[in-house]
Amino acid sequence: MAIFVYAENINGIYKKAAFEAVSYAKAIAEKNGETVTAVSVNPTDSSDLLYKYGADKVINIKDDGLKNFSAKAYAQAMNEVSDGNIIVFPHTTDASSVAPMLAIMKNFSLITNVLEIPESFAPFQVKRRAFSGKGMMHAKAEAAGVIVTVSQNAYGVKENVASGSEEVKDLAVANEDTKVISHEQSSGRLDLKEAEIVVSAGRGMKGPENWGMIEDLANTLGAATACSKPVSDIGWRPHSEHVGQTGKAISPNLYVAVGISGAIQHLAGVNSSKTIVVINNDPEAPFFKSADYGVVGDALKIIPELTEKIKALKG
Amino acid sequence: MKILVCISSVPDTTSKINFTADKSAFDKNGIQWVINPWDEFALSKAVKLQADGTTVTVINVGDATTEPVIRKALAIGANDAIRINTEPKDSFSVAKEIANVAQSGAYDLVLCGRESIDYNGGAVPGMVAQLLNQPFVNACVGLDVNGSEATAIREIEGGKETISVKLPAVIAGQKGLVEEKDLIIPNMRGIMSARSKPLTVNEPVNTEVKVDAVSYDSVPARAAVKMVSPDNLDELVRLLHEEAKVI
Ligand SMILES: Cc1cc2nc3c(=O)[nH]c(=O)nc-3n(C[C@H](O)[C@H](O)[C@H](O)COP(=O)(O)OP(=O)(O)OC[C@H]3O[C@@H](n4cnc5c(N)ncnc54)[C@H](O)[C@@H]3O)c2cc1C
Repeated sequence: MAIFVYAENINGIYKKAAFEAVSYAKAIAEKNGETVTAVSVNPTDSSDLLYKYGADKVINIKDDGLKNFSAKAYAQAMNEVSDGNIIVFPHTTDASSVAPMLAIMKNFSLITNVLEIPESFAPFQVKRRAFSGKGMMHAKAEAAGVIVTVSQNAYGVKENVASGSEEVKDLAVANEDTKVISHEQSSGRLDLKEAEIVVSAGRGMKGPENWGMIEDLANTLGAATACSKPVSDIGWRPHSEHVGQTGKAISPNLYVAVGISGAIQHLAGVNSSKTIVVINNDPEAPFFKSADYGVVGDALKIIPELTEKIKALKG
Repeated sequence: MKILVCISSVPDTTSKINFTADKSAFDKNGIQWVINPWDEFALSKAVKLQADGTTVTVINVGDATTEPVIRKALAIGANDAIRINTEPKDSFSVAKEIANVAQSGAYDLVLCGRESIDYNGGAVPGMVAQLLNQPFVNACVGLDVNGSEATAIREIEGGKETISVKLPAVIAGQKGLVEEKDLIIPNMRGIMSARSKPLTVNEPVNTEVKVDAVSYDSVPARAAVKMVSPDNLDELVRLLHEEAKVI
């Protein structure tokens, strides 16, 4: 049987989360002797990109009715093409909107935010994120089929080349309930949830005028930028950059926290980062207790100097 | 118009999360319960939409211990409340109860928070929408209602999208649905009137669960922090490059 994967693309370009979901499905397939079928809606990218991570088959749904995203219409499309008992989604905003609708259509169990490959298959049991990263849960599926959403950056992207084949399908899905009126995309920004490195800053930066140095450091590292909640509440930075329990939960390889106290609500969204660096002028800042590396000092002096040193390293 | 707002009762955000000794359950000892922060945005939005004769009903699936949280929702401005008398077991069983109420009450709009901060399922809103066979918009940061249509702004990766949605529909919101400063804080009058607002208790209609929580783990502690002098940033760069291998 095939394991189906929702390979999310944005404007036709595959997301890193799609490659991660395919990698995850491949790891399951290798345990079960199954195959991997990736499904994507109106991609322009080549299917070769999905074969590279283990997709044996790619179904390209070419459908004008699905030009704009609609959770319900996309769930209908997935329902029509995927006839396996395991379906893998990335835990992106769009994919995690489609997955619950599909779970109802198929009468499957849905386990979201999974962190690792399943501990067992009969019953299907897997570890997932819970309590905003303050705990973990081992969840067991009760239905015959299961849909999982893979927490971004948790399993990782793993190359595992398959000799895949492609099928193009037109489903003519009707999408009458929702209509996109306008679409605003800020170009050139690295997606916070996909980023391997995130440079984040808090109220300790004193004001928005000091964010230039945060962006310089982020650009030097090839990182996305983030902020603490008060910073977005005051309007120094957009809401979309707020990380934490009530913002985005992220797990990059490197999280650099500048002038952030490390309140429990902030930690809840970032404590699954693999390496954490904290820069704060208060040696008592709670964040140091959850950091791998710490520097006590004035961020406004440290950040520009650190940026220069990293530039030098990168040559 | 009739709005149903789904409220989850969750541990206060400062809670330390512990599990029972056999790791089979969340340890509720000493926990303060609050309205799930994302649901609070949805509730404040619903109350702001009340002006034109709209009624706002809150629904919670939970045992009697959640009633203080429901009373708080009434104090914020909901007209009445429904509690489904059962301890929530998984997203599916909660969604079933909500969809059942939404269906029989013929609500025009079901408003939810995008995720509850305890189990982080993020699944109930989409499941309710599908059970009702209604459109679903997730991660909303703006909402307006005009007649039989709503205009929702949803967050997309790297931007925003404005969508018109035919009602009835299910909308899941987050910060931005109203601004943080516009969250309604109950005043004395609200608190007093909440005491006499109707709170109906219904028995559950569904017993099926699709996911079981087998056990829980705490998050492993990080090794002790390595401190680096601000005068020796070369050392920090070296550690990140050679030891952590992240740059
Ligand atoms: C319901 C609820 C939900 C919440 N959710 C979140 C959430 O999702 N995310 C979140 O971030 N917060 C959240 N919070 C808020 C959280 O409790 C903290 O208030 C917040 O994280 C603090 O942000 P901060 O560290 O930027 O600011 P502050 O607490 O003001 O700390 C600033 C830090 O900067 C340091 N500093 C000052 N000047 C300098 C300098 N020149 N150089 C170096 N360091 C300096 C200070 O020592 C201090 O440690 C939530 C709160 C509640 C009640």
